[in-house]
Amino acid sequence: MIIRFIEFIGAVMEKPAEGLGRFILLFCAVLKGMARPPFEARNIIRQMLEIGVNSLPVVLITAVFTGMVLALQGYTGFKRFGAEGLVGSVVALSMTRELGPVLSALIVTGRAGAAMAAELGTMRVTEQIDALETLATNPVKYLIVPRFLSGMVMLPALTVVTDIIGILGGYFVTVTLLGTSSKSYLRATWNFLQVQDIYVGLTKACFFGAAFTLISCYKGFYTRGGAEGVGRATTGAVVFSSMTILISDYFLSAWLF
Amino acid sequence: MIELRDVHKSFGENHVLRGVNLKVRKGESVVVIGGSGSGKSVLLKHIIGLLKPDRGSVIVGSTDLSQLDEEGLNEIRKRFGMLFQSSALFDSMTVWENVGFGLKRHTRLSDSEIKKIAIQKLGMVGLVGVEDLMPSELSGGMRKRVGLARAIAMEPEILLYDEPTTGLDPIMADAVNDLIIKMRETLHVTSVTITHDMKSAYKIADTIAMLYNGVIVASGPPGEIRNTPDPVVRQFIEGRAEGPIVLEGIIR
Ligand SMILES: Nc1ncnc2c1ncn2[C@@H]1O[C@H](COP(=O)(O)OP(=O)(O)O)[C@@H](O)[C@H]1O
Ligand SMILES: [Mg+2]
Repeated sequence: MIIRFIEFIGAVMEKPAEGLGRFILLFCAVLKGMARPPFEARNIIRQMLEIGVNSLPVVLITAVFTGMVLALQGYTGFKRFGAEGLVGSVVALSMTRELGPVLSALIVTGRAGAAMAAELGTMRVTEQIDALETLATNPVKYLIVPRFLSGMVMLPALTVVTDIIGILGGYFVTVTLLGTSSKSYLRATWNFLQVQDIYVGLTKACFFGAAFTLISCYKGFYTRGGAEGVGRATTGAVVFSSMTILISDYFLSAWLF
Repeated sequence: MIELRDVHKSFGENHVLRGVNLKVRKGESVVVIGGSGSGKSVLLKHIIGLLKPDRGSVIVGSTDLSQLDEEGLNEIRKRFGMLFQSSALFDSMTVWENVGFGLKRHTRLSDSEIKKIAIQKLGMVGLVGVEDLMPSELSGGMRKRVGLARAIAMEPEILLYDEPTTGLDPIMADAVNDLIIKMRETLHVTSVTITHDMKSAYKIADTIAMLYNGVIVASGPPGEIRNTPDPVVRQFIEGRAEGPIVLEGIIR
């Protein structure tokens, strides 16, 4: 009976455990690939543009409207107990600590993460990854390391942009539309914002950047089964990355204060 | 030059190679025939170390591939060129960048020198004026030939061809056969070719080996294979549906 139960658990856990093992091995291969030359400068620059610059328009629009709605809701709520003066602080804190990193991570996952999984998945099923190997090129180093590094660098960069644009969006609603004085909004923003808040946000962003690139590349790299497999890999990459971002966000917030 | 000794390979429950023994001498052209899904591509991928045997060994020159670390394996791979079944051109690069990929990574040549060599290799496979196109702009036969140009760009000693004529019209297929023969005559390469096109096999082989049920069931010069009494081989080379080879899902 007990043996049966253990066997059952073993059978259920076999696939996920195998996947996790492969994921960890891939992560180790990425770390090893980062340590030794050649450094794929051209690929890194291409991926940085892909992740950073191409995501910029969507990130900007999201940031400005998020800042605006935060200010609007904050104003409505705080007005009830006469604390309208704190709207600037709420916008600044929410953006830097929480929404800046999380929103940009989710958007970049939907764009760049999906693209990575689809591209690597296609390369896998059309034997391009095998071809790289036959040309004496390590595919992890050539394909995954540049994406991983770009994710870790560009997501914090996008987060800084998101923070600033969000705060400006809040400014626009609070000052221009609702007529609070510009000085009091800016004072509320600066007075409560600490270096710590920005540091927390950027640390999260860096972690999210590492997580979504690694997950998306893993999904693409191990694609099986033709065009359908590529579709599955792409969906899986977005779903797993988004869940990882949202779940780890809580724990990072708890640990980093 | 190349030797497979008792090579076994399984994917989960699927025991694909069940003790393959194969020898390829220097300068020889060996053709491996066998049905779809019989493990021909898997066999070829073992020779260049893309797959590792579960049991048995693959020896190239005097080196056992399983003894090599990644760097050693990459050194050996520079002596190989491989043409993939689906050509496997890098679709983010132009034709000449594809052909020059190995040169770009493993030599100090400048881009303009690499492009010049790429154009020359493309000329060898009969392609002119395509160097700046993207792979998606080419026909299947042209893609095969660009793949071949990429495989020979580093002047390898050993060429591996995975179904070089599959999916081509008969004239283009024969042109590719001629190219394979030309590669051998001009570059003196050792080659292993996978095919199920018997016409092509007779034309390019010094030795034909048949893979069936995970082992090499017959091997010999084309003349010998053509006249073999072995019913499995006879059925395959004559292309008959009835015989000892059991096709999955077909009930007789
Ligand atoms: N990387 C792999 N993972 C799992 N199964 C594979 C893999 N490569 C090949 N196979 C399986 O091995 C068998 C032989 O495949 P293959 O060598 O491609 O056949 P063919 O003789 O047509 O080239 C098939 O059943 C295929 O599904
Ligand atoms: Mg095949």
